[in-house]
Amino acid sequence: MIARPGLMTRLRRNPISLAVALLVVLIVVNALLQRNFFKPGIMLSNLTTFLPLMMIAVGQAFVVKGGSIDLSLGAIVSLVNVVVVVIAERVGGTGGVFMGMAAGVAAGLACGLVNGILIAGVRLQAIMTTFATSIVIGGLALRVLPQAGGALPAAYYITYGGWVVGLPFVLIVLGVLVGAIGWVGRSAFHTHLTAVGANRQGAYQTGLPVARIRIMSHVIAGGMAAVAALWIPGVTGAGDPLMGQAFTLGSVSAVVLGGIALSGGWGYVLGAVLGGAILGFINNIIFFANIPYQFQSIVQGVIILLALAAGIFVSRKPG
Amino acid sequence: MTDVMSRTRVLLAENPVLAIVIGTLLMLAADEAIAPGFASARQISGQLTVAAILGIVAAGQGLVILSGREGIDLSVASVMSLAALTVGNVMGGDNALTLPALGVSLAVGVSARMFNGLGVAVLRIPPLVMTLRTAGVITGLLVVLTQGQTSGAASPLLQGFIGQPFLLGLPGILWVWVVLIAGIHLMLTSTRFGFNLYAVGSNDLAAELSGVRVRWTRIVTYGLSGLFSGFGGFCLLGYTGTVSVGASEQYILPSVIAVVIGRAWSWW
Repeated sequence: MIARPGLMTRLRRNPISLAVALLVVLIVVNALLQRNFFKPGIMLSNLTTFLPLMMIAVGQAFVVKGGSIDLSLGAIVSLVNVVVVVIAERVGGTGGVFMGMAAGVAAGLACGLVNGILIAGVRLQAIMTTFATSIVIGGLALRVLPQAGGALPAAYYITYGGWVVGLPFVLIVLGVLVGAIGWVGRSAFHTHLTAVGANRQGAYQTGLPVARIRIMSHVIAGGMAAVAALWIPGVTGAGDPLMGQAFTLGSVSAVVLGGIALSGGWGYVLGAVLGGAILGFINNIIFFANIPYQFQSIVQGVIILLALAAGIFVSRKPG
Repeated sequence: MTDVMSRTRVLLAENPVLAIVIGTLLMLAADEAIAPGFASARQISGQLTVAAILGIVAAGQGLVILSGREGIDLSVASVMSLAALTVGNVMGGDNALTLPALGVSLAVGVSARMFNGLGVAVLRIPPLVMTLRTAGVITGLLVVLTQGQTSGAASPLLQGFIGQPFLLGLPGILWVWVVLIAGIHLMLTSTRFGFNLYAVGSNDLAAELSGVRVRWTRIVTYGLSGLFSGFGGFCLLGYTGTVSVGASEQYILPSVIAVVIGRAWSWW
């Protein structure tokens, strides 16, 4: 009989334990630098800032688990953002806002579908394909709204930063996000996606509709980027065709920090949520440590590299 | 008829180089049709000079991609800028310092990329994020040092090497490009390191078990690719005369695309 591995071994083999450890360290450092860190208002405002990246990272996590990658998510965020703002402004009123949101989500899903079809259907290489589509999508965003501007009704960001049925709105969103991940995590689709990501050939030979599953993962990512984009005017109150760029590689970093293997089929999607929070806390710490502006990107890069290097203590993937 | 078509397809699929040559000629013909004079010898030589810098950088990218395990290097641009800025300031437009500056550019490229190799091979950080973050750090450093200004100057010798005819009417950089291609080909097909690289790239566990020093091979590969980025930065400086931090941004993804089009791609 094989002895059950000890606690340390099990922790080391768990994809998510590194993310949890990093998060604890960062929260401690953050709390030391930021006096009122544990005040509910401050925690909520942190969550408000982190939420979009968390959502995009979750979308990226589904794609990565399926053995692909999407470098167009930032561009999709930009496109959805300007579509929502422009339509809401042209149509006007509450109806216009909802029409804009619907159109935005539809645009995000459509972008994901195109990516998926090109990668899984036409079998183009994922990095290059999504990089190319990101140029097209970014161009579309600039066509829809050439300059940052426009405004949504105040009710939009008041709702986002406010309380609904006795709970902070962002907390509800986070709850729904985590709940949805849990729900999808128990579905057959998720098992199939993991199989496709871990061993595409094997999955195909088992009779799984590999192309459809991979396309689906890209559609989910497009949808998540779109939903994330809906929250951003909730923070900034305006549209900006270039705002999404930072999200693309941020989402990949979040996925890796969350313990998900870029080679596919290994890790928990929930890890991406933690990864997004890790990046958010790192930015917070840099801000509150009063690091001069021009040094911020160096410090940020070094901290993230250190966080990634901590991965030596856990197994990235069996074999 | 269909028989001819399917046979052509197989031929092209088996000979990517042939496909690329045909594709290039077709595009050249299209360019000539749209803008007459495009296919003139002078213009082609100019185009090749621009392509040579990308070609040199892409050669390094190709080695990294060959080394497998999702190998990719997104720090090419920052390493190029780092090399170009260092060299430009070392050289300061002085012909006599051109050769020492070349040495400096290669050393800068190799050491920056070796660092990536260490992160990837020893710390097992996925190359995509590792190289992206080192790129961020290097760029941040350069922004601080240069304050975002252009800085450094290429010597007339270097500029002539890139821009003036050297042999048979073609600039020196094109000849270096040809020599580098031949060198890489020889290295990959007939040296121990080349075989090890393919072994590591296709199955690193099997390579490890057959006695290949997998980590070392990977680190050397990243360092070697840095040689090409450093040299690319050196040439970029010669091409533009002076360089700023963002000058090499345009090489990041095209270097990967060049590799994909050249079919050295085996993963994802």
